[in-house]
Amino acid sequence: MIKIIGTGRKLPMRSVLNSELAEMVDTGDEWITSRTGIKNRYVCTEENLTDLAEGAARAALENALISAQEIEMIICATIAGDFSFPSLACCVAERLGIKCPAFDINAACSGFIYGLEIAEAFISKYTNILIIGADMMSRLIDWNDRATCVLFGDGAGACVVTRGDALKYIQSNAAPDTGMLYAKSRSGNSPFSNEKPDAGFAVMQGQDVYKFAVMSVAEEINLALAELNLSAANIDHFVLHQANSRIVDGVRSRLKQPPEKFPTNIAEYANTTAATIPILLDEMIEENRIKSGDTVMMVGFGAGMTTGTCVMVWQ
Amino acid sequence: MIEQLTAILRDYKSDDALQISEATTFEELELDSLDIVQLIMNIEEETGVTVEMDKAITDIGTLVKVMEESKK
Repeated sequence: MIKIIGTGRKLPMRSVLNSELAEMVDTGDEWITSRTGIKNRYVCTEENLTDLAEGAARAALENALISAQEIEMIICATIAGDFSFPSLACCVAERLGIKCPAFDINAACSGFIYGLEIAEAFISKYTNILIIGADMMSRLIDWNDRATCVLFGDGAGACVVTRGDALKYIQSNAAPDTGMLYAKSRSGNSPFSNEKPDAGFAVMQGQDVYKFAVMSVAEEINLALAELNLSAANIDHFVLHQANSRIVDGVRSRLKQPPEKFPTNIAEYANTTAATIPILLDEMIEENRIKSGDTVMMVGFGAGMTTGTCVMVWQ
Repeated sequence: MIEQLTAILRDYKSDDALQISEATTFEELELDSLDIVQLIMNIEEETGVTVEMDKAITDIGTLVKVMEESKK
């Protein structure tokens, strides 16, 4: 069993308001805000993803009151690191100056919860595990496509887990549908390939994704509640992946719970993919909104279509 | 069908006096693309009819037609 002993986050320096995007593509602040809840996002300029992941990791280590040398495994949840290989986790290990198992996982926006489940499986062997959710969607979105470029931001969040009995439930899942939300790998220059060249930009069927998200997140939450013999009223904080405030509202209204139980920060950061949950968690802990004994349910959902659900009683 | 949709829309828009006809467009109802998905999800739950998501559904008349097709 695991518990989280420290969290951290790192965002790029450069912020981009909706009004700035409105100068680039045919959109507007009111349009973006009313449909997504997003007002701002951060995008990399001088930084790369390793910088963000390292920054979040160092902050998590500091809050956990442990040194990098005490970390025995690094799991990075990311769609795409700075390199196809080596992994982002190895890039972070190099920066931290440590030697331990280090690898990436790609479960899109559910990646952080997948990371927690993997950590749970490994915790009997490795005492302290660093889990990072980090993504740089500014590389993967078409900045000429107003439907997608307004939705994402860059960022990283991290946590250190150790042995403990905070975790009460964890379940990763995938209901395979690869056409709803994807970015193709960029083409190489193989003289033998008949594959059509692709810029590798993110493609999204927005209405289908919304429907999947609201339905499957509500379903996964209900499965977790049933397994734990709890009701939604017993959960103090529903920390959902921050893709769109309308999705959070849709899930909340299905569960008939008050808005204060569904924290959001999407207005400030937009969708930072695998990083949204650890970033939000870190903010909540920093602001003392999560207290010892609180029951926290975290739910990720994203391309795949994946979901990940976790319940912890905070320690 | 229209009566059932009226009830679902009144609930969704929190407007007990809302009136619709087959000619009513979603734009007139001030429903954006995500409202339409949410509305379709509510309809599916209330009626048990599965409605295929289609960008061509822009008014009540088309929605009714799609629902009737789905029922067959």
